[in-house]
Amino acid sequence: MSQKTLRKGNEALAEGAIRAGARFFAGYPITPQNEVPEYMAAYMADAGGAFVQAESEIAAINMVYGAAATGTRSMTSSSSPGISLKQEGITYLASADLPCLIVNVMRGGPGLGSIGGAQGDYFQATRGGGNGDYHIIVLAPNSVEELGNFPKLGFELAEKYRMPCMILADGILGQMMESMAFNFDPIDPNKLGKFDWAVDIEKNGRPKRKVFSYKGDNLIADVTERAKRYGLIEKTEARYEERNTADCDVLLVAYGLSSRACLEAVNHAKEQGIKVGLFRPITLWPFPSKRLLELAGKVKAIVAVEQSLGQMVQDVKLAVGDKAPVYLKAYPAGGQPEGAAILAAAQAALNGKTDGLFDLQRHAEGFSYECKRDLSLGVQGDRKGGNK
Amino acid sequence: MSTILAQKPKSMTDVPMHYCPGCGHGIVHRLMGEAFDELNIAARVIGVAPVGCAVFADDYFACDMVQGAHGRGPAIATGIKRSKPNAIVFSYQGDGDLASIGMAEIVHAAVRSENITVIFINNAIYGMTGGQMAPTTLVGQIATTAPKGRDPKLQGWPINMCEMLSQITGAKYLERVAVDTPQHVMAAKKAIKKAFENQVKGVGFSMVEVISQCPTNWHANVEQALEFVRTQMMPQYPLGVFKDEGAN
Amino acid sequence: MPRIEVDANRCKACYLCVNACPKKCLGKSETISKKGYFPAEMKHPENCIGCTMCYMMCPDIAITVIKD
Repeated sequence: MSQKTLRKGNEALAEGAIRAGARFFAGYPITPQNEVPEYMAAYMADAGGAFVQAESEIAAINMVYGAAATGTRSMTSSSSPGISLKQEGITYLASADLPCLIVNVMRGGPGLGSIGGAQGDYFQATRGGGNGDYHIIVLAPNSVEELGNFPKLGFELAEKYRMPCMILADGILGQMMESMAFNFDPIDPNKLGKFDWAVDIEKNGRPKRKVFSYKGDNLIADVTERAKRYGLIEKTEARYEERNTADCDVLLVAYGLSSRACLEAVNHAKEQGIKVGLFRPITLWPFPSKRLLELAGKVKAIVAVEQSLGQMVQDVKLAVGDKAPVYLKAYPAGGQPEGAAILAAAQAALNGKTDGLFDLQRHAEGFSYECKRDLSLGVQGDRKGGNK
Repeated sequence: MSTILAQKPKSMTDVPMHYCPGCGHGIVHRLMGEAFDELNIAARVIGVAPVGCAVFADDYFACDMVQGAHGRGPAIATGIKRSKPNAIVFSYQGDGDLASIGMAEIVHAAVRSENITVIFINNAIYGMTGGQMAPTTLVGQIATTAPKGRDPKLQGWPINMCEMLSQITGAKYLERVAVDTPQHVMAAKKAIKKAFENQVKGVGFSMVEVISQCPTNWHANVEQALEFVRTQMMPQYPLGVFKDEGAN
Repeated sequence: MPRIEVDANRCKACYLCVNACPKKCLGKSETISKKGYFPAEMKHPENCIGCTMCYMMCPDIAITVIKD
């Protein structure tokens, strides 16, 4: 436990990770998370750990693979385009059953996008992103305090189930400053026990071990066993927070920064004469479907609020089915959600209309588009010369 | 009263190796095992296996092994070594793994002078996937993705990794060897043993590049493959020491 | 007297050892192994000098060199 201090989100996360026993960090510079590797560069060695600025996000995630294989609490951080680069490493970590922490401080995408906060990587985080059948645990903080305290939870879950865990934050959360306190005492990883699968030099006569990703003929058994772990996690590890849900007509569903703007809507709803509640998933995988379905049975409408074209809303729809109509208030590309507008969307949802359903066709109203080749601009030209 | 003059090193397992008849992999594996036995480091060794024919190398070494993504061995080895500095960590890689997809990782492991040992098997072709062109494929050499032979106009020229890495200050020991004759095998053993001794002494990044025969994907029998090593590979990839800086 | 033993379970009949032997002691066995190879074998043990060059060249660690 610690006293309250004023911290920047990214720095709280880095400090929280070191306090949670992280002793290997590899990363690469990318806005808006540079404070994380910079903090690690300054303090990881003093804590007895290792910091490496890797040559790329790809190299960094593979360094985490090696460090995690030794049983060391290992992590990397990046932002959206860098997380795209890490997808190969993440699927290898998942297949080798290696616990580790991956932080994504989301920015606008796709591609290089923008450097502002956004929530466009929900699919990437919860639907794999890398090849094959696997999941990673995804934690979504919505405050600097959660950013500081989630690394401990992340390592514990990752180690309990032998899989990667992602902390999905965004550029605003990473950059903002809030009062926060750590809710745990610093952990000395040298006092943590060893794993019976980790590679090591102190063997005490035990047989050799291997950490590997290629399973060959054993793949069916391998994936089937992992499916059981995932099922257990879905049953037992979903986390969420609720506000004003005991008696509300419209339920907002939002995570991370969007949930903070939704709180404003919840608080001002009374003035407008409507009852609005908030359901905030804290684990995005496993998505807290069970509780959301229960709540869906008691409300007139659900509005998913997210800073994307609509990604989490699909999980909301999957969870509630036809129990309640599901609407989307979307702020794609880092547009900032704002309480009054969200409240208006909640009101519109009660009347059976909002920004629209969560499919994209709503944007196509009155819109046409066709890109054509134009001979009057000339011809493509001579392509003789083969491959080069 | 018999004495054993030569037998399987203790650092190797009993599992028969899957490599093609005459392939250099098995010789190099054994030389590494001999080095671990003779340097008495077997208990400390943690190896990284590549993607390529040697993906199954973890079956043949008696030490703890990690197998990861194609080309990422030097990064994986970095993570292991920085977390367990007393481990003797090796990254064993083929020419596609090291000189193609893994080019950034090997260069930067050398730049950082990671105190690891890299064993680089150069057979100028992609073995496991059936004979595609490698960065080290020779001009005119036929490969499945260069069916008319490597053409510099389209595919450039082969890359000499020892020479290239020797420009890097952090690269401390670079030697190229071959395993086509007993004399060359003995020299390869010396180099491999030195590359591991360097790690014990904390010298910094050490790599041994081994010119290796690949009868199967060169579409040659063992004798023809050895001939290719001597008459075609060695002129492009001369044997020798390209860097040798001892402990600082 | 030095001699060698070839493990027929490991030998893949590449004959690198046969070619490397300075005393031409080794040759091809007439008996097919379980793996479908005709392994290398000692043909002239009287000439063996225990140089271990066969062992050095063997990619399958199939050879043990013994001095009786």
